[in-house]
Amino acid sequence: MSPTAATLEPATAAALGAPVPRREGREKVTGAARYAAEQHLPLRAYAWPVPATVARGRITAVDTAGALALPGVLGVLTPYDAPRLGPSDDPTLQLLQDLRVPHRGWYVALAVADTLEGARAAASAVRVTYETEPHDVTLRAGHPGLYTPEEVNGGYPAHREHGDPDGAFEEAPVRVDVRYSVPPLHNHAMEPHAATADWDAERGHLTVYDSCQGTTVVRGVLAGLFGLRADQITVLAEHVGGGFGSKGTPRPHVVLAVMATRYCGRPVTLSLPRRHMAATVGHRAPTLHHLRLGARADGTLTALTHEVTTHTSRVREFVEQAAVPARVMYAVHNSRTTHRVAALDVPTPSWMRAPGEAPGMYALESAMDELADALGMDPVELRVRNDAATEPDGGRPFSSRHLVECLREGARRFGWAGRRPPRREGALLIGAGVAAATYPVYIAPSGARAHARPDGSYLVEVNATDIGTGARTVMAQIAADALRVPLDAVSLSLGNSALPPGPVAGGSTGTASWGWAVHDACTALTDRLARHQGPLPAAGLSASADTTQSAKQKSPYARHAFGAHFAEVQADTVTGEVRVRRLLGVFAAGHILNPRTARSQLIGGMVMGLGMALTEHSGLDPASGDFVERDLAAYHVPTNADVPAIEAHWIDEHDKHLNPMGSKGIGEIGIVGAAAAIGNAVCQATGRRLRELPLTPDRVLAALDAGPEGAGRVAGP
Amino acid sequence: MPHATDPPAHGPVPDGAPGPAPRTPDGAPATAVRSRVALRVNGVHHELDLDHRVTLLDTLREHLDLTGAKKGCDHGQCGACTVLVEGRRANSCLLLAVALHGCEITTVEGLAGPDDTLHPLQRAFMEHDAFQCGYCTPGQLCSAVGALREAAAGHPSHATAAAALAVPGPAALSAEEVRERLSGNLCRCGAYPAIVRAVTDAGADAAATAAGAEVTP
Repeated sequence: MSPTAATLEPATAAALGAPVPRREGREKVTGAARYAAEQHLPLRAYAWPVPATVARGRITAVDTAGALALPGVLGVLTPYDAPRLGPSDDPTLQLLQDLRVPHRGWYVALAVADTLEGARAAASAVRVTYETEPHDVTLRAGHPGLYTPEEVNGGYPAHREHGDPDGAFEEAPVRVDVRYSVPPLHNHAMEPHAATADWDAERGHLTVYDSCQGTTVVRGVLAGLFGLRADQITVLAEHVGGGFGSKGTPRPHVVLAVMATRYCGRPVTLSLPRRHMAATVGHRAPTLHHLRLGARADGTLTALTHEVTTHTSRVREFVEQAAVPARVMYAVHNSRTTHRVAALDVPTPSWMRAPGEAPGMYALESAMDELADALGMDPVELRVRNDAATEPDGGRPFSSRHLVECLREGARRFGWAGRRPPRREGALLIGAGVAAATYPVYIAPSGARAHARPDGSYLVEVNATDIGTGARTVMAQIAADALRVPLDAVSLSLGNSALPPGPVAGGSTGTASWGWAVHDACTALTDRLARHQGPLPAAGLSASADTTQSAKQKSPYARHAFGAHFAEVQADTVTGEVRVRRLLGVFAAGHILNPRTARSQLIGGMVMGLGMALTEHSGLDPASGDFVERDLAAYHVPTNADVPAIEAHWIDEHDKHLNPMGSKGIGEIGIVGAAAAIGNAVCQATGRRLRELPLTPDRVLAALDAGPEGAGRVAGP
Repeated sequence: MPHATDPPAHGPVPDGAPGPAPRTPDGAPATAVRSRVALRVNGVHHELDLDHRVTLLDTLREHLDLTGAKKGCDHGQCGACTVLVEGRRANSCLLLAVALHGCEITTVEGLAGPDDTLHPLQRAFMEHDAFQCGYCTPGQLCSAVGALREAAAGHPSHATAAAALAVPGPAALSAEEVRERLSGNLCRCGAYPAIVRAVTDAGADAAATAAGAEVTP
């Protein structure tokens, strides 16, 4: 590790670890916080995109006459006349560039008008004709288009194999051979993807307010697409209404908004209609899981295979890395973890909170529960028995791993010892379940600048994006401690591409990545101030940091956060409804820098895991090729009434192999394993193993009717 | 007093329809596509000339620069746009402004007192960290104000026990009651447990005041 990576001494750390309230709290409760679509620029116009109504084919004509005849319409851009874009790594951003329709919902035109109502009316008046081709949107285990990719999301190899997993499985005295499925899921952050773009032709400068998870990356992509220099573009994201991965890279809205402002010479706001989002901003791809676990009678795992089948679009390959967590979790030599993918005529999948880990750990942790049942062993003890001393896949030592402590502490707090047997209260069957969680530690290079003013205050500039995580607050805490000054002496500037470059708020990397740069800049400033003689000059003193070297250093350690979820559920034998009564998580994620915002984030992840378990489902209609659940009436994110009291606890780790703050990311681990814990509890309550998410009343009732033998069959090929 | 559910005083006339020119309620000439609409928003009177297609939500956000009310779905499914219309909570994306002539509207910007003293619910949301991204928060707050008023007026909810229905007077707000009454407001960050604590706290404070019918700053 670099010298800067020494963990802060607790004695000097006054702000870190304190439950500091969110800095922007007042703005958010008074309505003063402005989001991307809420920028009232003079002469602002509005854009409304037109989605394709066929699943595959070619545009043969776009009739814009009716739209252009409407009052206040400034123009309609189509693939025939839209400005040509420069290159982008992401082909989903090559909008209105050709006549091909790769999936239903792909944008085929863009209406721009004086008013929001005018733009919407114009968009609906555009007439597009197509030459259609047969489409295929249905993923199935035996799909002829399946192939093994080189890599899966995150840059992991798609296929890993150690020892003789098939032979070891055949020889194992206790075996579990099971299949699970997770449907497509949608991020659905509360703020739809939106951008307000303002092209100043005179100055040759583009200003974009974008709902995104990182403005540096948006600026870079826009520069390439529109043939501008980076210094001609400013992207701003002061407040962002959630992202959960779906705003991690630029999405179509911002490209179209920039196209529109360059076309009409006025500022333009484009806020995606909620019903467009399923097809245009990414989704969690469906995953079919085949798990085989072999164990000795004492519970020691001897074989593990996790084979994942998923889909991607024909536009871009994105492979949900759902078999990757099985390379981290348990000490088993004979293993195969592999992915196969088929490119279908579907919208392009992308990141959704804990891509890979969320669906992968649902399957692995459900299978572990089945193995515990087969062994007649307590599922907590089974996991403890198979805890890994080194990372099973690579053999590296863990920088810290407290999975066992999370399981033990969770069991104690939850009252796990008293959970069996399941009980009945009238029509309700009640049971409890457990599952483990894991999420890797990633880090990305970041810049930061710290500035001391003569009045004793400090300004810290870092291009972090606070999408609701509390980044603004935690960055100030890191700065205050590194500067050794009170928290309120530090003001913070973020969410602006003009600041030193910073990575996206994604992959649970934000705090570590931006924070390291903030720490280094503030430490450098402290040194500079210590050397400075006399009063500060009027302009103050500054210091900068760039963590490119330190962040890119390869660690000799395997670095992961771990956790354990405990759930108590009730299943209604009359209605089939499952309700979670209690959900308790214990996490080991390094040093928790702000217990207040951390708890909210962990609980938020658990709530999304509850949705994954019980309510969230999306499906592609084979006939129309469209997602059926396109809005918030059809796609059921958990409501307040679905969510019981949830507890999130943690074990504070002191890991010197991470970053100067000693922190691991916490944005995603909360969702990982939560669905498995709930599913395992349902199984314990009902005696039925359901292997297809979500556990909706129709499925639960069918399983109860079918009896223990008939339940849980995942539809095969 | 007109109400959100009342039909407009004068319906739009199809193009070319015969008959006398329609008039807006205050006597100004109306057209087939626009009307003059008077709204009182957070105590301030506004006279607006609005396209009939403009919702109350877009009136606030695009015409009055009151962007506190949020657009999450524009279909009445998420509650982010919740405001108070004549003191009652409503999804402002489902109301056409032209149908609200003369109405009193309160948005999140109107919850704080005149000297910027935060409303007890606003304070409780901050104290309990009852939000993350903040996008649903204005709707949660307005919805909570409405829900506490409804409870104080004795309105039952799906979660109200049958025995309590027979007892007149304010409805007691358990955590379960708050969850049920605020389930029209989605929060994708999953701040529900903190929202419930915040509303329960503020509701208990309100119930402890003499009137019990209003949470006032």
